[in-house]
Amino acid sequence: MSAVTLTINDRLVTAAAGETVLAAARAAGIDVPTLCYVDGLSAHGGCRLCLVEVGAGGRLQPACFMPVAEGMVVRTDTDRLAEYRRMIVELLFAEGNHVCSVCVANGNCELQDAAAATGMDHERFEYTYPKRAVDASHDRFGIDHNRCVLCTRCVRACDELEGAHTWDVAGRGAGAKVVTDLNQPWGESPTCTSCGKCFMACPTGAIFRKGSTVAETDHGRDRLQFLVAAREKKQWIV
Amino acid sequence: MADRIVIDPVTRIEGHAKITVQLDADGRPTEARFHVTEFRGFEKMYEGRPFWEMPAITARVCGICPVSHLTASAKAGDQILAVRVPPAAVKLRRLATWAQVLQSHALSFFHLSSPDLLLGMDSDPARRNIFGLIAENPDLARAGIRLRQFGQRIIAALGGQKIHPAWVVPGGVRHALPVEEREWVRERLPEAKQTTLTAIGLFKGLMEKFRAETEVFGKFPTMHLGLVAADGSWETYDGAMRFCDADGTTVAEVAPARYQEFIAEKAESWSFVKSTYFKPRGPAGVYRVGPLARLNVCDRMGTPLADREFIEFRGLGREATNASFLFHYARLIEILCSVEKIEQHLDDPDLQSAHVRAEAGVNSPEGVGCCEAPRGILFHHYKVTDDGLIRSANLLIATAQNNLAMNRTVTQIAKHYITGRDVPEGILNRLEAGIRAFDPCLSCSTHAAGQMPLHVELVGPDGEVVSSLRRG
Ligand code: SF4
Ligand code: FES
Repeated sequence: MSAVTLTINDRLVTAAAGETVLAAARAAGIDVPTLCYVDGLSAHGGCRLCLVEVGAGGRLQPACFMPVAEGMVVRTDTDRLAEYRRMIVELLFAEGNHVCSVCVANGNCELQDAAAATGMDHERFEYTYPKRAVDASHDRFGIDHNRCVLCTRCVRACDELEGAHTWDVAGRGAGAKVVTDLNQPWGESPTCTSCGKCFMACPTGAIFRKGSTVAETDHGRDRLQFLVAAREKKQWIV
Repeated sequence: MADRIVIDPVTRIEGHAKITVQLDADGRPTEARFHVTEFRGFEKMYEGRPFWEMPAITARVCGICPVSHLTASAKAGDQILAVRVPPAAVKLRRLATWAQVLQSHALSFFHLSSPDLLLGMDSDPARRNIFGLIAENPDLARAGIRLRQFGQRIIAALGGQKIHPAWVVPGGVRHALPVEEREWVRERLPEAKQTTLTAIGLFKGLMEKFRAETEVFGKFPTMHLGLVAADGSWETYDGAMRFCDADGTTVAEVAPARYQEFIAEKAESWSFVKSTYFKPRGPAGVYRVGPLARLNVCDRMGTPLADREFIEFRGLGREATNASFLFHYARLIEILCSVEKIEQHLDDPDLQSAHVRAEAGVNSPEGVGCCEAPRGILFHHYKVTDDGLIRSANLLIATAQNNLAMNRTVTQIAKHYITGRDVPEGILNRLEAGIRAFDPCLSCSTHAAGQMPLHVELVGPDGEVVSSLRRG
């Protein structure tokens, strides 16, 4: 595989051709915030939190999707990016019903982490207070659509790691939601294997372990990474 | 011309409320009402939530007694799971309820009420607060603050955070008491006990001085309601609900799950807090809950020092123990009992048990959880779907159950003290103090003690403000 050299934040970085800007940046120790991206799953490019500026004009591109190119000039740390990222997180909060103080994932939530990391100290957009349901029909897990940010991590984990493809997205725009099989109660899903990978993948408290009370969620994300390494590298390291 | 006096907001209580006094043409009060002006609509919000989350969500109802809401909620959850809670978890939950009673009562007595008691009802309102108390009697103020901290620390040790510990859960608790924390509690026990005994001595010394207040601050016969243990002793966590008459006769003693057969609730047009009464007697069945009621219904406290005080308290006679002013006394005896109970149970190895939570699915469509909150008996009643989502929730709180008695109290005080349109500040404070004796918790949030301005309006029958008085 040929190598390419690009510049990230004024630093020369070498990356393999075909790699994403995100991978190249992280390999060089440069952090780029992400939400819908999970190592080992295909990229989705939905959340836009990983936006970077590319080229002299500073074109906005999602780092998780953007392939590296020879001579590319990338910035990950401008004021404009910081403002956009914060705005993205604020929009996510305004779009759903996220109440950290009474959420099962309080303290273990990537949306909450993103809010802290982007310096979101208040919400500038009006909350939409959507009316969304909770499906607790599954034996072990539940889904609270109020807390779903439509990152599709559950969809990809279920499809790409478990191979069941129980989850998918139905509807459009503000009416979009994740569904199990043909939009039937999760507990009645004929394809769900109850493996829990969607729960491990979910960044928020949207998919939760039944019986959890507030701030009691441990997603066990390291197990997801264990599976990815086992699958891709044939390494079983715990 | 008939006037109305309005005290708004009422200070040094938990939440926001006002008092209005209706005057007749001669300026004599005819009736007074205690209005709760905040609406929070919690019960509606709960619908559709998984019942497992309810303890922590309902704990948000109140920043003063979150443990009580957690406990009542988790107990309702226990019934939905239809499990037997591990004995160690029951002991840990009990420990938390004692710590809760202790810290809440310490707040009520030292921070909110003792300025009236120690500095005087007519003292300078700018200094009649915890800060004035610190200036006047720094040792007592400090001891009171440390006593409250003692209870808070136990709750923090159990729950991980002192204000909203989501630690009591359906089926048990999340973890046991760490050994280091137990040792901290042990070290501070003697001081907590001493502070309480000092406060009791002080209060008893003041009873003579407040004889007049005792007579008019809500002294009237009512029924009382509280939990009692199987042996009839004082109880905060479990047991039967006992209604007794003003003279102490037991009228009913039943399982809390049957509360709806005995307690009727009615909404009032003038307050966001419902009123309740003893159903078999209709709206005349006024009862009180809380420290005074608990000490009126139980047969004994169950610890040596508290029992000694209890005998003295009850020795005052049933007429006396129907005086709401004695809520303060009852509260102090309950602190003492809580300290002693914590002491008695501290070395129980179960407090460090690993078996503290029973897990199960939804096995029953309904649950009623009941415990004694510092301010009085508390019920959480949930109905859930097969999947455990809340279909309906009913929370019956102490302040609603004391509502009728509080209205009677302000009426009694107004009739006694108000003789014309000119009302001195000290009298307004007495109206508030009458309410404060009940330590009502109107909502959620505390506000800086004694810092709120008092707004009084005299309002004519046509709604026109005749005169207005502001303090603070
Ligand atoms: S349920 Fe969780 S993982 Fe799935 S889309 Fe929603 S937030 Fe993402
Ligand atoms: S992480 Fe790149 S778009 Fe979500």
